[in-house]
Amino acid sequence: MATVTFDQATRVYPGTEKPAVDRLNIEIADGEFLVLVGPSGCGKSTSLRMLAGLEDVNSGRILIGDRDVTDVPPKDRDIAMVFQNYALYPHMTVADNMGFALKIAGVSKEERAERVREAAKLLDLEDYLDRKPKALSGGQRQRVAMGRAIVRNPQVFLMDEPLSNLDAKLRVQTRTQIASLTRRLGVTTVYVTHDQVEAMTMGDRVAVLKDGILQQVDTPRNLYERPKNVFVAGFIGSPAMNLLELPVADGGVLFGGTVYPVRNDILDAAAGNTVTLGVRPEDLVLAAPGEGLQVEVDVVEELGADAYIYGHTTLNGQNHDMVARVDGRRPPMKGDTVFVRPEQGHVHLFDTTSGARLAETV
Amino acid sequence: MTETYNANWHDEPTDYAQTGKLPRIRTAPPESALGSLNITAASADPELLDLPWHIALEEWPTESLAALPRGISRHIVRFAHLGGSVIAVKETSEHVARHEYHMLRKLQRLDVPCVEPVAVITGRTTPDGTELDPVLVTRHLKFSMPYRALFSQTLRRDTLTRLIDAQALLLVRLHLIGFYWGDVSLSNTLFRRDAGAFAAYLVDAETGELYPELSSGQREYDLEIARVNIAGELMDLAEGGLIEEKVDPLATSELIMDSYRRLWTELTARESFELGERWRVNARIRRLNDLGFDVEEYVISTVADGSRIQLQPKVVDAGHHSRRLLRLTGIDAQENQARRLLNDMDAYRADNNNLDVDEEISAHLWVSEVFEPIVRSVPRELGGKLEPAEVVHEVLEHRWYMSERQDRNVPMAEAVQSYLDSELRHRRDEAEIMLTADSRTIGLDGDSSFPDS
Repeated sequence: MATVTFDQATRVYPGTEKPAVDRLNIEIADGEFLVLVGPSGCGKSTSLRMLAGLEDVNSGRILIGDRDVTDVPPKDRDIAMVFQNYALYPHMTVADNMGFALKIAGVSKEERAERVREAAKLLDLEDYLDRKPKALSGGQRQRVAMGRAIVRNPQVFLMDEPLSNLDAKLRVQTRTQIASLTRRLGVTTVYVTHDQVEAMTMGDRVAVLKDGILQQVDTPRNLYERPKNVFVAGFIGSPAMNLLELPVADGGVLFGGTVYPVRNDILDAAAGNTVTLGVRPEDLVLAAPGEGLQVEVDVVEELGADAYIYGHTTLNGQNHDMVARVDGRRPPMKGDTVFVRPEQGHVHLFDTTSGARLAETV
Repeated sequence: MTETYNANWHDEPTDYAQTGKLPRIRTAPPESALGSLNITAASADPELLDLPWHIALEEWPTESLAALPRGISRHIVRFAHLGGSVIAVKETSEHVARHEYHMLRKLQRLDVPCVEPVAVITGRTTPDGTELDPVLVTRHLKFSMPYRALFSQTLRRDTLTRLIDAQALLLVRLHLIGFYWGDVSLSNTLFRRDAGAFAAYLVDAETGELYPELSSGQREYDLEIARVNIAGELMDLAEGGLIEEKVDPLATSELIMDSYRRLWTELTARESFELGERWRVNARIRRLNDLGFDVEEYVISTVADGSRIQLQPKVVDAGHHSRRLLRLTGIDAQENQARRLLNDMDAYRADNNNLDVDEEISAHLWVSEVFEPIVRSVPRELGGKLEPAEVVHEVLEHRWYMSERQDRNVPMAEAVQSYLDSELRHRRDEAEIMLTADSRTIGLDGDSSFPDS
């Protein structure tokens, strides 16, 4: 087990000028489950492959523990790529299916048996070790595949969208299994996904990337509550945070018919006469007519206790989508006009030009 | 308004050209596709609509299926008839199906031996509205076989060695064009007979990505995956008693490393020699030709003091002999078959004192007097046994051995008849190998309960 360090790690593809990964700095603690997340082209898979040794590092370093592995071949890095191939061999027992890679690596029979037994215990497969894969259910086969990676006792697990192949039900189930398993094993894990829900539910910390640049690496809670910039604010959370460019008024920000009070020193830090105000759907409340922003309700999604209203407001003559969570027992109707305002203390302010967060708390 | 980022970037168009990228998953299909079948296909195959897409693949009625041997797969795979050909249908997730479909199309355009993608079908539902997994449809390669169908009782060591050489050549070709496979295995490859050797075709591109060029880390890792997977596959055969006992799975799996590295070095290494040894440029190119590669571009440079020359092939293109045969005769054959036929053609030209005749004209004569008579002499009922080019190769071999045994120049007609009676008639049909109840190895892979779900 080990720490993993990306130290100014950069990858530039031949023939391109813009780095696919640009001076990435992340320190991953021993045993930590770190998720790399971001939209297509953000560099998350490239970063993982740099760690795996599948991409050259053009500048900077990558360390596993104290060892600089920047130029070490993949097979000598003591990492396991999980779910690379989980086709099971029909004539071999579950135990052999789990342990065959160890045999190739020259591990003794006794040690192989021991490691397979330990992994089987963790995976709840002890009773199946002598059976052939044919006798297993789909979920059990999946676990045998996971066992293959576990028995290798790697320093780091690397997983690149390992669940993308599974149907929705098995995906949620396996997600939970992977998260709890890697924690029990205490193996440092780097996990790539494009799905922010997956990232938030699985990661001890989540690194959000965009255009090859690390935007923020933090705990799921901090990413949600204190996004560092407007990109992270809009990316993390579902439904997404409402982000509105609003004029600065005396003592606050003009939110439709209301001034949302903000300290002057915060507003002074903003460049220009507007700021970008972010407010999550659950932090909007219905207000009296004329108070706050006027929203035309387009769709109401009823979830029982709560309901989400999806609508639009008009800012500077342009329509802008809005989402708000309201009481599920008395939701407005489609086509209604409502007024919403943020709850005090639950907004995020960003510099409109740079996109950077203006203050820790507002 | 500043640019705002909502989490619905799922809706961005997928850029399949992006390096190393899987197409994104759409959380929900567009409304128009809900409840109705959605087919993405390169060419119109109206018969596609006749297949029972509303039934889970595992439960497809026998009449829809073509009984072909299946390899080891984590997905449910079935073969079906489509028009005059056979298709392979694989149930998987939508984004994997689309990724693989587009990747196979790209590989085809790059002229890499791989299966032909036919369609991606999404929006499958049962009559009661239960959603079914999307499928990827590929066309079955005629006369191709999974490695487990290449032997009837046990896999012999020399067959295995030839399989591994074919696999190494395929991997080198893929790496040359910048394709990282990510799941190299005998199971993910199909083999066609090629004049006593094998030609390998990529079947599964699920984990593959195309890059402008591969790093040595990527190539080495692919090779490592190949070694581990081949070892696993051979251990499995050994466990089932399906491989010659003298075969050591571990040692055999190492062969791919040697075979691959030798070939890669020959194709890409920079060679340095004295100024006076310029013949070595031609020698290198001839060696590459012999390996079946054409050199499309190479770099020659001299070191600073001008005393030495450095030579490095830059662009090599497989299929040297196939292309020459095709150009001369219009016959489309595998590389080794082409090599064999070209040798015979050259011998024919020498034997008939045609050396001052144009190569093209001599080739034309050879086709009408040697190749076509042999192909035509194969009775229709034996037509599905082997590809025509392979039949001609085998007849030529047969004639050579016969002549040697009988110490006389056996006439072609006699050799053909002897070959048909003593060899071809006793072979199984390889155009589309059918399953038989007593075939152990094929029965094993054909077991419908095995493929992982």
